[in-house]
Amino acid sequence: MRTTLRAVRAVSARRVGSLATAKPALRTAPFLASAAAGFRVEAATALLQSCGRRNYSAAVTKVVRPTAEMYPEIVRDARFGELTAADVEYFKSILPESAILQDDQDLSGYNIDSMRKYNGQSRLVLKPRTTEEVSKIMKHCGERKLAVVPQGGNTGLVGGSVPVFDEIVISLANMNKIRSFDEVSGIIVVDAGCILEATDSFLAEHGYIFPLDLGAKGSCHIGGNVATNAGGLRLLRYGSLHGSVLGVEAVMADGTVVNGLGKLRKDNTGYDIKQLFIGSEGTLGVITGVSVLCPKRSKVVNVAFFGLDSYEKVQQAFVKAKSELGEVLSAFEFMDRESQIQVARFSELRRPLDEQHNFYVLVETSGSNREHDDEKLQNYLEGLMESEIIDDGVVAQDETQLKNIWTWREGIPESLARTGGVYKYDVSIPLEDLYLMVEDCRARLIEKGYEIGTEASNIVSVVGYGHLGDGNLHLNVAVKSYDKAIEKVLEPWVYEWIQKRQGSISAEHGLGFAKRPFLKYSKDQSMINLMKQVKEIYDPNGIMNPYKYI
Amino acid sequence: MPPRLNIVVPVKRVIDYAIKPRVNAAKNIVETNGVKFSLNPFCEIAVEEAVRLRESNKDLVESITLVSAGSAKAQDALRSGLAMGADKAALIECPGIDDSKLLSLEPLAVAKLLKAYVDKSGANLVIMGKQAIDDDANQTGQMLAGLLNWSQATNASKVDVAEDGTVSVTREVDGGSETLAAKLPMVITTDLRLNVPRYTKLQDIMKAKKKKTDKLSPADLGVDITPRLETVSLADPPKRVGGAKVDSVDSLISKLKEVGAI
Repeated sequence: MRTTLRAVRAVSARRVGSLATAKPALRTAPFLASAAAGFRVEAATALLQSCGRRNYSAAVTKVVRPTAEMYPEIVRDARFGELTAADVEYFKSILPESAILQDDQDLSGYNIDSMRKYNGQSRLVLKPRTTEEVSKIMKHCGERKLAVVPQGGNTGLVGGSVPVFDEIVISLANMNKIRSFDEVSGIIVVDAGCILEATDSFLAEHGYIFPLDLGAKGSCHIGGNVATNAGGLRLLRYGSLHGSVLGVEAVMADGTVVNGLGKLRKDNTGYDIKQLFIGSEGTLGVITGVSVLCPKRSKVVNVAFFGLDSYEKVQQAFVKAKSELGEVLSAFEFMDRESQIQVARFSELRRPLDEQHNFYVLVETSGSNREHDDEKLQNYLEGLMESEIIDDGVVAQDETQLKNIWTWREGIPESLARTGGVYKYDVSIPLEDLYLMVEDCRARLIEKGYEIGTEASNIVSVVGYGHLGDGNLHLNVAVKSYDKAIEKVLEPWVYEWIQKRQGSISAEHGLGFAKRPFLKYSKDQSMINLMKQVKEIYDPNGIMNPYKYI
Repeated sequence: MPPRLNIVVPVKRVIDYAIKPRVNAAKNIVETNGVKFSLNPFCEIAVEEAVRLRESNKDLVESITLVSAGSAKAQDALRSGLAMGADKAALIECPGIDDSKLLSLEPLAVAKLLKAYVDKSGANLVIMGKQAIDDDANQTGQMLAGLLNWSQATNASKVDVAEDGTVSVTREVDGGSETLAAKLPMVITTDLRLNVPRYTKLQDIMKAKKKKTDKLSPADLGVDITPRLETVSLADPPKRVGGAKVDSVDSLISKLKEVGAI
């Protein structure tokens, strides 16, 4: 975690720096720190950055109980070798000293997940710098049957990137170079440990954009994004990583390097094996490099934010957006009233709308011609007002407002996490039923005798928000502290609810450790069997990220 | 009952605050091609303050008029301000001024244009940004007050209008705050802490389309806007050199010695 934090700090320093130098006028204004407009900008930056950090500081003092203690039903696989001094000696022979961490304090950041829900017991973190070093490590681990967990920025939400017992953590943080970028095709080849935001900034300088964007961008690694098939805010426009990732370089459980760093859009030559790695969550091999097709960055971005009375109307607004904004529509995010109340508790920013509404929608357009986009958005919004689909709305008038409005969506996970703990459900459900899930969840908790949001109750809030454009709901139950009894009320009820509607129990976060027992609710047994066979072929000893979903 | 306020708010269209300005390859202008422009943040605060004065006391404010000088595109800044709640606007279209030549419309010329406009309009209060974030001159407000021979209160962080028509303005100065009081007419320039401007509502954007914008020219106002300054050269600020890591205290000390810091 130390490295992660350092990376975030580096990014934030740069961002603050660029803000400060952008306009000397504002910097030299007296009392800048709290001066009105200056403050708006800084608060926005701070909130955005802390989103990236996924609430590391808020619960930092709380002790996270070892996963093995919390889940006694999981036992260490006896087939795995135990780490010996000789193993460490071997690693020292192939890696510099600074790439080997054994100190308790150093290890905790790699053992504990970003939700502070799971705590592994790894005694060793290795931080290779090259694919070759990863290969040597895996060859040794394969021979010795030492279990490993590949780890990126450790920003995952399902406990997939942290060990459960004594698995060796292979952190890709030191593999952070951009290998190549082609200005004509927009294809970038990166090391797995490249930080998403840093890569996107690099692309921005060349007029391109990374096809993925998500709240943890300041810390998460592209290798981790690919391994978990992360979805995020740009999926509506640019599609999933299954489409934009053109090639994957990975190291298998026996140390074999698989060179699949293709740079071709079209390649119909047999099985598309790289697709197996996308979303494999480290269970097949260690992704060390990725080639990605990046689209041109839009010159003109507009953001509107509006309040609506019912979920029914949210859907109407979406249908209209698809037909009237068409190709410039780049995000359609919805948030409920409760989620905005939570953000408001911690945000210093002015709320975009003065009055409260049952639902809020953030619409973003990205295009290349300002007049064209403005006119489209204007007509769309006027249509919404006239047909009384929306109650109220605002349009960002400048870049600062645009960023501030986004924090009301991106700041939700951060503000919820500040309450203590969050039970997160990231689900795909057919659109018409999407919000019903949140209402049913509240009703179920109340029926089971829980109070929501009172002084005495452990449950702070039950909120729903998400990527409506992708049929992806985030149902979050924020609690003051994690409680097994609440977990039992929610699970497997949530998954059964989803199964009944043929939804997915994980739209974009993956399965990891948290959703390990629930795969059957989304995947047919015959599919699970095939997955197991694939795992058996590529990782016969099961040393790749064990105890997780497969 | 204080006298009714007729407020003029001069506004300027500038390169968006969040965009990093770049000098063009020929090093003679700031690159404006394809760059996003917005209402100057200090002007935004000025409009917000005028609208708040009206909201705080409905009878106090009779009119809020925006005025902008520049190219036809200054209309965008006026539209933003109208959507925030101003009643009407005037655009002083200056021949020969486009985005790339905004800096050649100098503070004194703008102050003269504004003086002529304010004289005509019968306003008794001018609220304007203390500076535009493109040339950072921080001169126009003061010059305007001088030309009009009105009271002036710059860098306002709080504005109050008393029953007897006395306007008190709190301004931030080194080491604290200072409160000035003066009778109308008056020029107030706004600082960052005065208020947080509102988001622009859709219905207000729609309403703003129906509001009137007068078009004027410097000739109509009898003002010569010929630049008196010559831009000798333009340069980007020096690039920051990246830091370096040291692995021990000794090497830190030797590095510091190397650069003469100790």
